[in-house]
Amino acid sequence: MSTANETPRPAAGRAGIKKELPERFKDYRHVWVFIELERGQVHPVSFELLGEGRKLADNLGVQLAGVVLGPPGEATWNAVAEAFAYGADLAYIVEAPLLADYRNEPFTKAMTDLVGSHKPEILLLGATTLGRDLAGSVATTLQTGLTADCTELDVDADGSLAATRPTFGGSLLCTIYTLNYRPQMATVRPRVMPMPQRADKPVGRVIQHKVSLAEDEIVTKVLGFLPDSQSAEANLAYADVVVAGGLGLGAAENLQLVKNLARAVGAEHGCSRPLVQKGWMPADRQIGQTGKTIRPKLYIAAGISGAIQHRVGVEGADLIVAINTDPNAPIFEFAHIGIVTDAIRFLPALTEAFTRRLSPHSRDKLAS
Amino acid sequence: MIAEEFDAIVIGAGMSGNAAAYTMASHGLKVLQLERGEYPGSKNVQGAIMYANMLEKIIPDFRDDAPLERHLVEQRLWVMDDRSHTGIHYRSDDFNETKPNRYTIIRAQFDKWFSRKVREAGATVLCETTVTELVRDAANGKVIGVRTDRAGGVLYADVVVLAEGVSGLLGTRAGLREMPKPETVALAVKEMHFLPEEVIEQRFGVKGDEGCVIEAVGTISRSMAGLGFLYTNKESVSLGIGCLVSDFAAAKESPYALLDAFKNHPSIRPLIAGSEVKEYAAHLIPEGGHKAIPQLFGDGWVVVGDAAQLNNAVHREGSNLAMTSGRIAAEAIVQVKRRNDPMTGRNLTLYKAMLDKSFVVKDLRKYKDMPALLHTNSSNFFTTYPRLISQAAQNFMRVDGTPKIEKEKATTAAFIKERSRWGLVSDAVRLAFAWR
Amino acid sequence: MHIVICIKQVPDSAQIRVHPVTNTIMRQGVPTIINPYDLFALEEALKLRDAYGGGVTVLSMGPPMAEDALRKALGYGADRAVLLTDRYFAGSDTLATSFALSQAIAKIGETFGKPDIVFTGKQTIDGDTAQVGPGIAKRLDLLQLTYVAKIASIDLATREIKVERRSEGGTQTLKSRLPCLITMLEGTNEIRRGSIQDALCAARSQVLKWSAADAGIEELTRCGLRGSPTVVKRVFAPTPRAEKAAKIDTAEKTLRDVADELIAAILARQPALEHELAFNNGA
Repeated sequence: MSTANETPRPAAGRAGIKKELPERFKDYRHVWVFIELERGQVHPVSFELLGEGRKLADNLGVQLAGVVLGPPGEATWNAVAEAFAYGADLAYIVEAPLLADYRNEPFTKAMTDLVGSHKPEILLLGATTLGRDLAGSVATTLQTGLTADCTELDVDADGSLAATRPTFGGSLLCTIYTLNYRPQMATVRPRVMPMPQRADKPVGRVIQHKVSLAEDEIVTKVLGFLPDSQSAEANLAYADVVVAGGLGLGAAENLQLVKNLARAVGAEHGCSRPLVQKGWMPADRQIGQTGKTIRPKLYIAAGISGAIQHRVGVEGADLIVAINTDPNAPIFEFAHIGIVTDAIRFLPALTEAFTRRLSPHSRDKLAS
Repeated sequence: MIAEEFDAIVIGAGMSGNAAAYTMASHGLKVLQLERGEYPGSKNVQGAIMYANMLEKIIPDFRDDAPLERHLVEQRLWVMDDRSHTGIHYRSDDFNETKPNRYTIIRAQFDKWFSRKVREAGATVLCETTVTELVRDAANGKVIGVRTDRAGGVLYADVVVLAEGVSGLLGTRAGLREMPKPETVALAVKEMHFLPEEVIEQRFGVKGDEGCVIEAVGTISRSMAGLGFLYTNKESVSLGIGCLVSDFAAAKESPYALLDAFKNHPSIRPLIAGSEVKEYAAHLIPEGGHKAIPQLFGDGWVVVGDAAQLNNAVHREGSNLAMTSGRIAAEAIVQVKRRNDPMTGRNLTLYKAMLDKSFVVKDLRKYKDMPALLHTNSSNFFTTYPRLISQAAQNFMRVDGTPKIEKEKATTAAFIKERSRWGLVSDAVRLAFAWR
Repeated sequence: MHIVICIKQVPDSAQIRVHPVTNTIMRQGVPTIINPYDLFALEEALKLRDAYGGGVTVLSMGPPMAEDALRKALGYGADRAVLLTDRYFAGSDTLATSFALSQAIAKIGETFGKPDIVFTGKQTIDGDTAQVGPGIAKRLDLLQLTYVAKIASIDLATREIKVERRSEGGTQTLKSRLPCLITMLEGTNEIRRGSIQDALCAARSQVLKWSAADAGIEELTRCGLRGSPTVVKRVFAPTPRAEKAAKIDTAEKTLRDVADELIAAILARQPALEHELAFNNGA
């Protein structure tokens, strides 16, 4: 975040606040990443955060720790091993039967306890339903700052965490500091950060922490869990090819053109925020700051103007193709290939061209 | 649920409805105002011109807190052909007075403010409530209340003020007036172009709260009777073009194409370059003039503003006639009420009588022949003359060694060739009579 | 049953413009709305009141003009509205916001009866943090039920509540206890249309305006800017990429040719995709 065209904002007021870290926070050190373990699986966002946490820890010259809260058993220790494989120097682990299913009360208790005992300067969590549920309670209990849904994390000259996130409904970006409180907490949405390389490593230092918690002190009980059917919804964030439509498609029925192209190339389909607001597509198909962040190899945006809130959700794509009638649409600022034309007319032609190109018949013909 | 009764129900929260509701409420009447939109002004996102004098008669100290954009210090009247404009500009520092005369406003904000004043005056204002029908007394046909699209039955009132706008269906459906004819209604398409304040100041030569208006006629309306306009707001420019609905239909022209051409006219394009278009809207404007004014009152009802076709197309004044008619109707109702008389058509003739004496009807009567004249001669007034004027001006400006006397002759010859000597005289005479 | 629901008046984000030169927000003419996510919570609150009796109090923190949002909530049928408005609240981050709101909820509890449920929306559309709800729960020691898709049952005698909550990859069924804080998931219901009597009642009711002092807040240092541990250091537009999109010319070409050209361009930049796409197509 070094070369942004920043402008001083006199209205901000807070920008002038100086860093004067109180004495009680001076021994807070090291970067922590909460390893989100649910039903035996580590959420990939935790690995993405370890990649990011590694950079922050290296910049600060401190250690990177993974924090695993889970029931006693293999899955929890596997999560610890994975944390090391993705770059952690050490791990904190709280093992308790009542941490088997996520519930706010025991997890908040375990996490705040751990922070109180071991004092990290930075605590990162995934902005998943679990992470957001936990982060708000933890930050409130610890009375510290929390910056949600960051798109960029950095350490500035005096060692403070600079957390950048979209603001004003995704029209601008802002950089937020938690100057005088510790830990500095931030959440990051899945797929916003790249997945780091995994390297098998021996398990390093593990610090086991005991939390005095009894099941009968916990009011909320989990009665059941119904996993999502393998719907496309779950796959959108991790799809290799994504086709999405925006307001430029003009009418709900034209979304069929997007779906047709997606089907032809084996892609997932999605849409921009206004379409969800209009009820043209379900919310789980929304791509952007308030929807899914995607990092596909190919992203085709049809009739999407490219507001910042959309941009931050697709910028990680390897190749972005934009189709829009407005040559000045912001999407052409960050797309790699642009076509100024009406997506409603162009999508069928593109679908047809892909089909022609990809059908075995035409491939055979090309070969001969 | 006991049915609630009001002294008056006002349908619509535009300029005329707000003026009526405010005036009645501030005279102590129990007023209910019903608005279809999410909030007053939500159906009216555009920029407009507001005339201070008429608002002062309703809310004298409106300048204290009304959301005003810029006060107008300059008016430009342009006659355009495809590549040029010939203009009259009037600018005066006299308009920088303590109580300026005309302002640009953004209706969404202004109407919201006006509505707050209405509520503060004591009226009950319900938004997102559409009146579905007027309820009449089964015995004598008098309008006695309204039914809405919300559950909960009829709302009763002594008098219903119809301020439902030019295309309001309640009055027409109830047979109180006819649907406006396509040749008496103009369709204006407008856009808001957002620009930084400094850019507006630079491009239009204004500073602080000063503003400027451009009105343009000519080939931009493709031989139809029409007008292009541009108003400067604080951080935006409102721009649009309007023509009669019947003309659009006959000429098979699309309003959007016209607006596009207007925006791309070499005299307009640089004024809005680099702007961000945010709002787009189409709006109907009554243009029938005096001859199109319907029956204005009846047993238990009055009609005001655009719904009553009270709009001065020649001077592009609508909101001040709307405000004034709303205020006058309200004052008439207050007088009838004070006398404890019933709100019969007979008693409500007072509204008509008061309106006739006001500038509203006097102005409309003055120009009563204008709409028809411009309409039937539209190709002359909106294409031929603008081209001729442009040629004449260019002929006059261009220095190319032609003797001046020959230049003048050429100009005269061009006018005569296009319109014939008789045509010119007759256009001039008719225009003069219509104006008189 | 007494239900408190927190709503926020937000600018309609679809209509926010950024000044092209100074990169500041142009606020002029941007309409405000009730945060759309809050409407799902409001409808759920009204439904519960209709089913179990009691009342719904709507609470909002914001500038005086946020009264419009509260009045609208009354029009949907809420029984009471409180606007927490004071210059001390200006510049609040999520921590300071949850402090002020929880203090106001405590005061509402003292004045109108302790709430059994506090509702919030899933998140706001301007802040998007989803952190104020959990913050309120923690401060008021309410059981926290976030991302609730359905309230399956409430037993007022035993104070037991069962909900279905959205979690990563599935739906959790939870049993918990009143009083609790629920953040409601979107798409779970549709806000009702109030009757003409609701609308008249809303137009005539007073929105209670509470200052920090009215809400019983003594620790002003925990409010607004001073009470916010986070500091916004700068606001900026994203760095324009040096390289803009390579535009494929469409003039005087058939759409078919343009499509072929596009596919060629895609494969030229990402050769691996040829295999990928063909594979996907075959699958």
